[in-house]
Amino acid sequence: MIETAPNPQTPAQALEPVLRVEGLTKRFHPSIPAVVDHVSFGVAPGEIFALLGPSGCGKTTTLRLIAGFERPDGGQVWLGGENLTHRPPEKRGIGFVFQDYALFPHLSVFENVAFGLRNLSPARRRERVEEVLSLVGLTVFRDRRPHELSGGQQQRVALARAIAPGPKVVLLDEPFSSLDAGLRQATRDEVRELLKRSGIGAVLVTHDQEEALSFAERLAVMRAGSLEQVGTPEEVYARPRTPFVAQFLGRTNLIPGEAHGIEAETPLGSVRLAEGALGPVLLSLRPEALALEPGGEGVVMSREFKGHDLTYRVRLAGRDYVVQADPHCPCRPGDKVRLEARDPAVVVGRSGGEA
Amino acid sequence: MRASRRPIPWHFLIPALIAGAGVLLPLAYLGVRALEADPRTLAELVLRERNLRLLLNTVALLVGVLLGTALLALPLAWLTTRSDLRGKRFWTVLLTLPLAVPGFVGAYALLGATGPSGMLEAVLGIDWPRPWGYWGAWGVLVLFTYPYLFLNLRAGLLGLDPSLEEAAQSLGYRRMEVFLKVVLPQLRPAFYAGGLLVGLHVLGDFGVVSLMRYETFSYAIYLQYSASFDRVYAAWLSLMLIGLTGGLLWLESRLLSGLSFSRVGLGSARLARPVPLGPWRWLSYPLLLVPVVGALLIPLATMLYWALRFPYENRVSVTEALANSAQAAAPAALVAVLLALPLAYLGVRFPSPFSRLLERTAYLGYATPPLAFALALIFFSLRGVPFLYQTLALLVLAYALHFMAEAIGPMRSALYQAPPRLEEAARNLGFGPLQAFLKATFPLLWRGVLASLALVFLSSVKELPLTFLLAPVGYSTLATQIWAYTSEAMYAEAAPYALLIVLFSACFVGLLISQERRR
Repeated sequence: MIETAPNPQTPAQALEPVLRVEGLTKRFHPSIPAVVDHVSFGVAPGEIFALLGPSGCGKTTTLRLIAGFERPDGGQVWLGGENLTHRPPEKRGIGFVFQDYALFPHLSVFENVAFGLRNLSPARRRERVEEVLSLVGLTVFRDRRPHELSGGQQQRVALARAIAPGPKVVLLDEPFSSLDAGLRQATRDEVRELLKRSGIGAVLVTHDQEEALSFAERLAVMRAGSLEQVGTPEEVYARPRTPFVAQFLGRTNLIPGEAHGIEAETPLGSVRLAEGALGPVLLSLRPEALALEPGGEGVVMSREFKGHDLTYRVRLAGRDYVVQADPHCPCRPGDKVRLEARDPAVVVGRSGGEA
Repeated sequence: MRASRRPIPWHFLIPALIAGAGVLLPLAYLGVRALEADPRTLAELVLRERNLRLLLNTVALLVGVLLGTALLALPLAWLTTRSDLRGKRFWTVLLTLPLAVPGFVGAYALLGATGPSGMLEAVLGIDWPRPWGYWGAWGVLVLFTYPYLFLNLRAGLLGLDPSLEEAAQSLGYRRMEVFLKVVLPQLRPAFYAGGLLVGLHVLGDFGVVSLMRYETFSYAIYLQYSASFDRVYAAWLSLMLIGLTGGLLWLESRLLSGLSFSRVGLGSARLARPVPLGPWRWLSYPLLLVPVVGALLIPLATMLYWALRFPYENRVSVTEALANSAQAAAPAALVAVLLALPLAYLGVRFPSPFSRLLERTAYLGYATPPLAFALALIFFSLRGVPFLYQTLALLVLAYALHFMAEAIGPMRSALYQAPPRLEEAARNLGFGPLQAFLKATFPLLWRGVLASLALVFLSSVKELPLTFLLAPVGYSTLATQIWAYTSEAMYAEAAPYALLIVLFSACFVGLLISQERRR
């Protein structure tokens, strides 16, 4: 697991984390590997944090451990300086938005949102529900039953119900996966806007890298129960630490090379490195970091026009490279080309290791 | 399935209409018959004080049994689905088994077990007072009808989305509060569905109330019929009972309307985590044992105890009753299937308000208290087809019309598995509509048909009130023999009949459960 230094430019990061997870471990059976293996991270007040990973990597279990639905075999959960590790879920004060929303079908929208507010006086409760409903823009639907709402509306009711009691943190378990593609982007923007306005910290679990990159202020890439890298989307995208992170977050070219200082010898020739290294290395070069020049050893295998850009597949010395070029590039399949690295390459591991 | 405006083929429409008419005509005629008297007699009949007492008695029994079964079935359903009780599957089977004991056999068994000469006194030396009247009928009906509610509540509990309960917990509710606020309200449809079945049983019951001598509408109709046969008054009593049944059905649909508790969203396949019972475990066993001892152990022990004392010279009448039961039930099963097949077919292939109405008619025949239905058939046959009165054919017809609804279910599930494309392929290859059905769909239906035949056959064998009123003079079946001997307190004579009925019923329940699994 690799920790990254906090970015001093985000003010939220300077604050003490409101939610802290330390060495969280969960195994469902002693004979199989831990589903969640020593996971640690912190979420600052009002910060949106994403846990990103392929399905089965343990991200949902991590979320359920934080909420208290599962009991950890090791590690701790801290919220605002209190150790919650052994508290039942109802005593944690953490909001949870379920993947399938889990709205109470026997209660109206109003009653669903009011469900967690029973300690308030009736007048105060009504006031708070109205407040939250207007925040999510569902005031007119207050008397509807959940099944009378569209998917996007149900999703907003679920969020309203989770934030109504005023938790410091809400956990969102793949909250957009039940929505169709058209609705997803709009709902995502709305939810993000809402979370920022209410100032509640959030942990989002998702397997959609685009969603994590655009939604979160900081994200962790999870694989087989462990966090591989934690950082801002820009950092993690630009400086992946492992081949897995480089490949999971966007497309990339993994190239073996021999590093000596700030440069490395690769099949593409000499390439600048983002950080100095020595010896055999595995480098990541994003498709947009490569450029095509006419004449050379490479052969254009395919050309895919996407409007705002062009994607080429180029074969060079028995290896395929993906290159993103501007739409005016004249190269056609069969042309001889030379590949040139425009940006420094990132070292993601030792060459000959994982690729 | 397409909901189209295709014309319904006549060879399905006509049998379906006959089936519907078979149920509706006798009931309509009951109304005609009831209105025959002149207005003064009518007013005197309807406004009798006795009617009010019968109504109160019937409603008191209905409410009492509903409460009793709910209090018994809810904890049992919870223990066998949500707790960490060991052997949940075993307990579930055991707790479902009382369904195999028809009410009047249960009454026989409890009467034969208790009192100074009962099985309990003879074997264990316990002189348990013989159940009687309201509490006797209540006890028997609760013990032998609670499985309907138990099974429905179990299905309800298993169908709940566990993330709903987690959502409530994350909003600050303790486990017990979650049960009261989230689980219980969502079990309402299960309560209504199970409660309706229990209620229909209570209203339709004749055997238990007559053996326990508790005066409800059913018992009064029987007394009218057997003693001073005042036809108009009997017709009115039947109408009142049907009205009460209608009220129950109306109440159920009223309560259910607006309750759409289908899961919102995708729902997850995760099962709820079992709740540890802890020290409560020791309190759960007595509760589990109440129905097992009361509705299984004691009845079986009683039947065996008395069967050993059966006067052997009576054996001929046992085989005769067995043959009679089969002789009436087998053709009834065939007729019921023939009537139900077009109804099921129309419902699946031509879904429309009309086909639903026809199907409802079949269910109406099923829900009508059998004693009232029998009386309606008697009146109708006396006026319309007098040569049928007091014949086996009328009894067969009565069984078939009453149990038609049971035959629809298995055939409908089978039809859903036979895609209409098959028939279209047959049509495309040159077969007419009826031939296409027989060649393409029917071969896939036979499993469903067999199940339907068996269900109706077994139901007919254990049916008491229809047999009682409609069997030809001197035609005794297993069910009527048990009733007759029990009402004379001749428990040893009744024992082999009771054992045979329980055997048939056990097959029925087994079949029903296997059908449920298939669905």
